[in-house]
Amino acid sequence: MDGYRHGAEEEQRTSIVATGLTKRYGPLVAVDNISLSVPAGVVFAFLGPNGAGKSTCIKMFTSLLQPTAGDITLEGIDVAKHPHRARKHFGIVFQDQSLDDELTAYENMEFHAVLYGVPKQERERRIDKALRVVDLEDRRKDLVKTFSGGMKRRLEIARSLVHHPNVLFLDEPTTGLDPQTRRNIWEHIKQLNRERGMTIFLTTHYMEEAEAIADIIAIIDHGRIVAQGTISELKRRTKTKTLEEAFLKLTGKDIREEQASSVDRMRMRRRMHP
Amino acid sequence: MSGAVYVMWLRQLKRFWRSKPRVIGGLAQPLLFLFALGMGFGPVYAAAGQGDYLQFLIPGIIAMSILFTAMFNGIEVIWDRQFGFLKETLVAPVSRTAIMLGKTLGGATVAVLQGIVVLCLSLLFGYRPASVGSVLLGLVFMTLIALLFASFGIAIASKMRDMHGFQLIMNFLIMPIFFLSGALFPLDGLPKAIGTVTTLDPLTYGVDGLRGALTGLNHYSLLLDLGVMAALVIITTLIGAYLFSKVEL
Ligand SMILES: Nc1ncnc2c1ncn2[C@@H]1O[C@H](COP(=O)(O)OP(=O)(O)OP(=O)(O)O)[C@@H](O)[C@H]1O
Ligand SMILES: [Mg+2]
Repeated sequence: MDGYRHGAEEEQRTSIVATGLTKRYGPLVAVDNISLSVPAGVVFAFLGPNGAGKSTCIKMFTSLLQPTAGDITLEGIDVAKHPHRARKHFGIVFQDQSLDDELTAYENMEFHAVLYGVPKQERERRIDKALRVVDLEDRRKDLVKTFSGGMKRRLEIARSLVHHPNVLFLDEPTTGLDPQTRRNIWEHIKQLNRERGMTIFLTTHYMEEAEAIADIIAIIDHGRIVAQGTISELKRRTKTKTLEEAFLKLTGKDIREEQASSVDRMRMRRRMHP
Repeated sequence: MSGAVYVMWLRQLKRFWRSKPRVIGGLAQPLLFLFALGMGFGPVYAAAGQGDYLQFLIPGIIAMSILFTAMFNGIEVIWDRQFGFLKETLVAPVSRTAIMLGKTLGGATVAVLQGIVVLCLSLLFGYRPASVGSVLLGLVFMTLIALLFASFGIAIASKMRDMHGFQLIMNFLIMPIFFLSGALFPLDGLPKAIGTVTTLDPLTYGVDGLRGALTGLNHYSLLLDLGVMAALVIITTLIGAYLFSKVEL
């Protein structure tokens, strides 16, 4: 498989390219003319306050949402023109749950493997391997509804690996998890990045996590990228000592929207716009 | 494509089988109808010179349980959306049509199974099929009813953002479709208003065909029933596939 080594020639290859990406919801501009480029094999952290437009960007990158304007290329494939081809190359862990609670861990994985066209004789081996990566192999036969939040999260990560993607999108993979599980998840992710050269595109609200894992950081606010670079570049530019301070300096200190979690806001939005 | 249809179908079956309350609840209702209506109205019906009401009612109740099960399975798309699983299917490299077809076939299969169980239960109420052929023809109509309402359910669910509209659909769509279909009463000599409404109800033709197949008591010709149902299945599947292809998260 398929992993790319972290090598000099790989630094040149870009994995994700967005140009002039814009998404409007009526009068609201959720994503405002964003351009970015993510080199292959790096860990790229996309940081921003609630409602900044991170998830909207990820949905557009992964062909779930039609951009109002702009282009996206993923592993050299135009996402708008060839969504199916692009979809085979990335895995995604959504901000909110996307498992079927009434199926077992193994069945959820198998469902995914069939949808992604993993050959039958390969399925079991790949699923077992992915479950081992997240330490869930002994729970494979259990219904997902009996899992804790952290186990579900790990299962979603395992599932996103079954089709051997080159790029992995992780939308707040550790929100709501205990420190042990968070550390465990990031270790797995770091390992995938190192061993398989997988490009990781992640969002998180935990600055120290981003600081520990990311090679490149982009900070987004009100749908626009306000800063981009390595962590030391950002600290230097803002004359701060930690990423958190740099983040606060760049995005201001006022609180965005209500304190409700984004899932609550989604629910609320659904109620308001049936 | 075929793989995607297959796993969607299989998932529907597994989910149904694992929710025992649904299986049992789905049987309690037809039993109650057969018992209360069948036994309760039997004497009046016989006195009016119409014959055995239970024989008449059984196909209607089978159609009812198929209608409900198929619709619920289609509308389940809203649950998938709310609980997030829909994203997993929509981001996969398979066509929306395949997903929609798999879901329709899964929902329809579950509904037909439910219908078969009700058919078996009706043996307790004294129903005796005339021949193997009549049961097979009955299965054809049961399948058509199931496909029609499973795809119809998906079409509706594709346009709904959440479960709040569910009561509305239950009371203004599913219930009228059932009560105005001739499932419970003969279509001959109806007052004009209700007579017209029944001819506009798609389930009317499904029930009539099923009744014709199982008991020979049809109002229209079986060919007409078959033609109308087949045409409706094609139309709702096309509409359902189109609306489902437009679903945004
Ligand atoms: N379907 C939608 N309809 C209308 N507005 C939407 C929709 N989805 C998102 N928005 C709006 O777009 C903006 C960006 O939302 P998005 O979910 O991308 O933010 P986010 O950066 O992921 O925030 P969080 O950190 O809370 O997850 C918000 O103002 C949100 O209210
Ligand atoms: Mg988000």
